[in-house]
Amino acid sequence: MEMLRLATAGSVDDGKSTLIGRLLYDSKAIFEDQLEAVERTSRERGDEYTNLALLTDGLRAEREQGITIDVAYRYFATPKRKFIIADTPGHTQYTRNMVTGASTADVALVLIDARKGVLEQSRRHAFLASLLGIPHLVLCVNKMDLVDWSEERFEEIKQEFRSFAMKLKVSDLSFIPVSALHGDNIVDRSVHMPWYEGSALLHHLEEVHIASDRNLIDPRFPVQYVIRPQNQTDITTHDYRGYAGQVAGGVLRPGDEVVVLPSGFTSTIAGIDTADGPIDEAFAPLSVILRLSDDLDISRGDMIARRKNQPHVGQDIEAMVCWMSEVSWLREGAKLAIKHTTRWARALVKDLQYQLDINTLSRNEDAVGLALNEIGRVTLRTTLPLFYDEYRRNRVTGSFILVDESTNTTVGAGMILPPISD
Amino acid sequence: MLAPYELSHLRVLEAEAIHIIREVAAEFARPALLFSGGKDSIVMLHLAVKAFAPARVPFPAMHVDTGHNFPEVLAFRDRIVAEVGVRLVVASVEDDLAAGRVVEETGPRASRNRLQTVTLLRGIEQERYDAVFGGARRDEEKARAKERVFSFRDEFGQWDPKNQRPELWSLYNGRHRQGEHIRVFPLSNWTELDIWQYIADEQIALPSIYFAHPRPVFSRDGMWMDDSALIPRLPGEQVEERVVRFRTVGDVTCTGAVESTASNLDEVIAEVAATRLTERGATRADDRISEAGMEDRKKEGYF
Repeated sequence: MEMLRLATAGSVDDGKSTLIGRLLYDSKAIFEDQLEAVERTSRERGDEYTNLALLTDGLRAEREQGITIDVAYRYFATPKRKFIIADTPGHTQYTRNMVTGASTADVALVLIDARKGVLEQSRRHAFLASLLGIPHLVLCVNKMDLVDWSEERFEEIKQEFRSFAMKLKVSDLSFIPVSALHGDNIVDRSVHMPWYEGSALLHHLEEVHIASDRNLIDPRFPVQYVIRPQNQTDITTHDYRGYAGQVAGGVLRPGDEVVVLPSGFTSTIAGIDTADGPIDEAFAPLSVILRLSDDLDISRGDMIARRKNQPHVGQDIEAMVCWMSEVSWLREGAKLAIKHTTRWARALVKDLQYQLDINTLSRNEDAVGLALNEIGRVTLRTTLPLFYDEYRRNRVTGSFILVDESTNTTVGAGMILPPISD
Repeated sequence: MLAPYELSHLRVLEAEAIHIIREVAAEFARPALLFSGGKDSIVMLHLAVKAFAPARVPFPAMHVDTGHNFPEVLAFRDRIVAEVGVRLVVASVEDDLAAGRVVEETGPRASRNRLQTVTLLRGIEQERYDAVFGGARRDEEKARAKERVFSFRDEFGQWDPKNQRPELWSLYNGRHRQGEHIRVFPLSNWTELDIWQYIADEQIALPSIYFAHPRPVFSRDGMWMDDSALIPRLPGEQVEERVVRFRTVGDVTCTGAVESTASNLDEVIAEVAATRLTERGATRADDRISEAGMEDRKKEGYF
């Protein structure tokens, strides 16, 4: 059974909670005691209906204020797939949460109210999904019951969204007309919309092809930890030296000629080990141990790649950054800690080129800083070279976080752009 | 069937957990793994062993011992840590009681559940642990659904749910000052069913009380409680023998059994897949305190 990570975003009234509730309920991922607790709380609050949003609103403040503060993770499975939903609130302060939920997602689900059409918010969701490199975008046109199940209305919205989405880099875009409230096209095909020939949402999520979304072309192995048993009494392991890590790209095989960065030394893969024994090939996201045929000085933060397929190496990084701090701004001249793959360094914000208006996609080149939830293009100078690929090509070697050195909190998320060629 | 380069959800979850465990070993000076003898901590220990093989697990296991243990679980604990070769540190609630740092609750529903937070935090402080692995899963409970994989605790061991660090990709931020620590949850994305399927796949040994067996029990609040001298009886509570198993394993006084005939892994998996109650809803008195019971305890520093 494959696993699929799904990011949803939407506001209170576009029916997102109802839709998720229905996916969970119909796939039997909501348990009776959870439902009873939700029903009880709904009654106590005086809600007229069982408020399925309470299932995901786990914190006291969220229930009291009727808002979602944070990313909530929900789990369900069908016989075909295990699903992880990262559910994020849709109000204006949500960018930080949506970026968080979207960072690992395979599929983004954007909801549109069929009566209202493509709103600013829908465009924002779609843009963030594309910025975070989510390969598949599913647009659910909801509340079709309120527009008389109209094919014409559905097509209208489709056209409108398509013309907007052309500006984005979305490789796979699908449209599904649904009524979350009545369950049309969620788990079962709708009897009200015989004109729709595609699949229901759940079927679509079960079938969407995600295995090829991973980078299987560029071998990348950030060294995480050096395994040295140092057991003098065990002759089978006392010379053992292996490099543990999670494959970040490509396919690695014993016998492959590799290069180790930053040293540039070359060697060959002598073996790929796991606790279950050696394996013939390793690919993302497997956690393995590489052994090399030469004794090299390799430590955490180094990168193993193919000699003929190496990442960029550099200290000047071009990136889109989403700022996440409530108390500080990203400004030129700021110094921050940066974590990229398994490597920590320090970064200086050399240049804020522009701030991006995520509603209009227009660039504000006069911006003097980025505040909470703002996104902009920056140039960073790092104290150590990073071994990176552009984010579009590899979400693992193309991403980083920025950390405030005085508070230790995570204040920024970065997606690396191609280096400026000189 | 999986195509080439497709991985099953269990392999992906395993790879993610091993990555998390290795990150901690690489970035922290004094990590420790909380080990209760329950299935989640057993799976976590199994993953830690796999993360470093052929080397040994480079950190100790800590058991927060309420003194109210199932004897089978305690025996299992000692056997497994010896087998794996990991050092066991026991932080005992009874020590805190004896030293007067906590006071025993009284009455038939008395529990050491809340007291163990004090013991846990004392253990962390005494051993100067800067990272502590816990086996909590996000599907268990809705406050836990909001928790990060790397969850920051201040110098009082407190969790502030409204002020959590954003956590993106697999880039974990474990930076902290002296006296603060990070709770790390490598099983965040696992469900109860995933745990059982993995246990079956990997043939991981479990304490016998997870499987159906005849046991003297009595009924309280819709749960079957162990006929233990540690639980004072309420009027009318009659001990009878039932065929039961435990879905979770915790303190004897607040862990109930369910009636079940599932006596092996396949049967347990079939039962878990069909069940309509969460494991905590079905068997944990400690979670029935209130809608926010877990959130409140977690803020104080609970597991």
